[in-house]
Amino acid sequence: MTDSAIVLAEGESHFPPGIHSFDFRDWFTGLSDTALAHMFTTITFAVWASVAILIVFFLWAYRKPQIVPTKKQWIAESAYGFIRNTVAIDQMGKKEGVKFAPYLATLFLFILIMNFWAIVPGVQVSPMSHIAFPAVLGVLSWIIYNVVGIKKHGFIGYLKLTCVPPGAPWFIYPLLIPIEFLQNLILRPVTLALRLFANMFAGHLILLVFILGGFEMLNSGNIFIQGLSVFSFAMGIAMTLFELIVILLQAYVFTLLTGMYIQGSLADEH
Amino acid sequence: MILAAEEGGAQILFPIWQEILVGAIAFGLLCFVLMKFVFPMMEKTFEARVDAIEGGIERAERAQEEANQTLEEYRRKLAAAQEEAAAIRDEARADAVAAKEEILVSAREEANRVIAAGHAQIEASRQQLVRELRSEVGNLAVDLAGKIIGQRLAGDADTAATVDQFLSQIADDTAETSGAR
Repeated sequence: MTDSAIVLAEGESHFPPGIHSFDFRDWFTGLSDTALAHMFTTITFAVWASVAILIVFFLWAYRKPQIVPTKKQWIAESAYGFIRNTVAIDQMGKKEGVKFAPYLATLFLFILIMNFWAIVPGVQVSPMSHIAFPAVLGVLSWIIYNVVGIKKHGFIGYLKLTCVPPGAPWFIYPLLIPIEFLQNLILRPVTLALRLFANMFAGHLILLVFILGGFEMLNSGNIFIQGLSVFSFAMGIAMTLFELIVILLQAYVFTLLTGMYIQGSLADEH
Repeated sequence: MILAAEEGGAQILFPIWQEILVGAIAFGLLCFVLMKFVFPMMEKTFEARVDAIEGGIERAERAQEEANQTLEEYRRKLAAAQEEAAAIRDEARADAVAAKEEILVSAREEANRVIAAGHAQIEASRQQLVRELRSEVGNLAVDLAGKIIGQRLAGDADTAATVDQFLSQIADDTAETSGAR
């Protein structure tokens, strides 16, 4: 036990995968003890690469927009138009929807590309499996829907809108108001961030289990177990496809919920 | 090991502040670029597209209306032309009838005139013939009578009366003959 613990701590062996699998070395070891630790790792590289890919693609594809779109322009427009129409305008209507569509589309694309690193060969880990990144997005969503609500209804009006559900009998208010307050104003960003984080974290873990497990079986001396490793790798591939669905779904869910929260803040008082 | 795992298990829920910084800056940069330079342009393009389509429809409607007007105009012109043609035809027919009448009338007049002229000429010729014949028959008769009777009855008073009677008889015969003819 002590042996394996030491080995794990040193990161030389990868099986079984655990939380240590999410710790990435600093690229510049000299920075490890400074404030710049964790600034240059595979994770942050993936973050910057995601942003760079999106910025470069969209600026390139939309350099000279035309009425009749070219193929690359069409792809860029579809990416934006998907969130604009199915999330923003569907929930908030044409006027408000168009106002919030740019943020929601940016959010969706960012999460999508960040998630996508989970199945990119050679990286196979999403930055979203580090709580910091989903947390930033969750807090941003929280700020946005609260600011929007307070702007529209005033501070008291907004509190009333979110915490006092209409139609409930008065004697249940002491119970209902704290629950609503907690749910709508405290837990929403937490659940947003945790849902995304946990999905990507678990996805990475599952891939590691099957792929590293396959290698572990290959390394065992037993020919029978070595033969069985094929199934482990096959599961790894199947789980990669499954992960693709999770990637798309989680990016969409995060965006959809943010849109719903904003819409809730915009809703007229009952 | 178990302790370490538990500590680690909690760790994953505490964000690394450097990563928060990186995430915030990276996402902020992305938002800035996409929301300022890309998506507003897309909205503009969408609007331009809607305008283009609606403008196209409007243009088509205008062209359709223009075409309808032109068609109407042509129909009106065609009807007018047909009316005019009918009028011209009627007029021509009336003209033709009138001309025919005129020709008939003048032809009849001409015919009558020719006939009248013929009658007059015939009458004149007859008169002349009668006159000529009368004098010639007189002379002939006198000559004949002179030849037949001259030798024996010169200067007889009855002879002159006989000749006159004879001549008037001839004149009556001639008149009868010409009237019968």
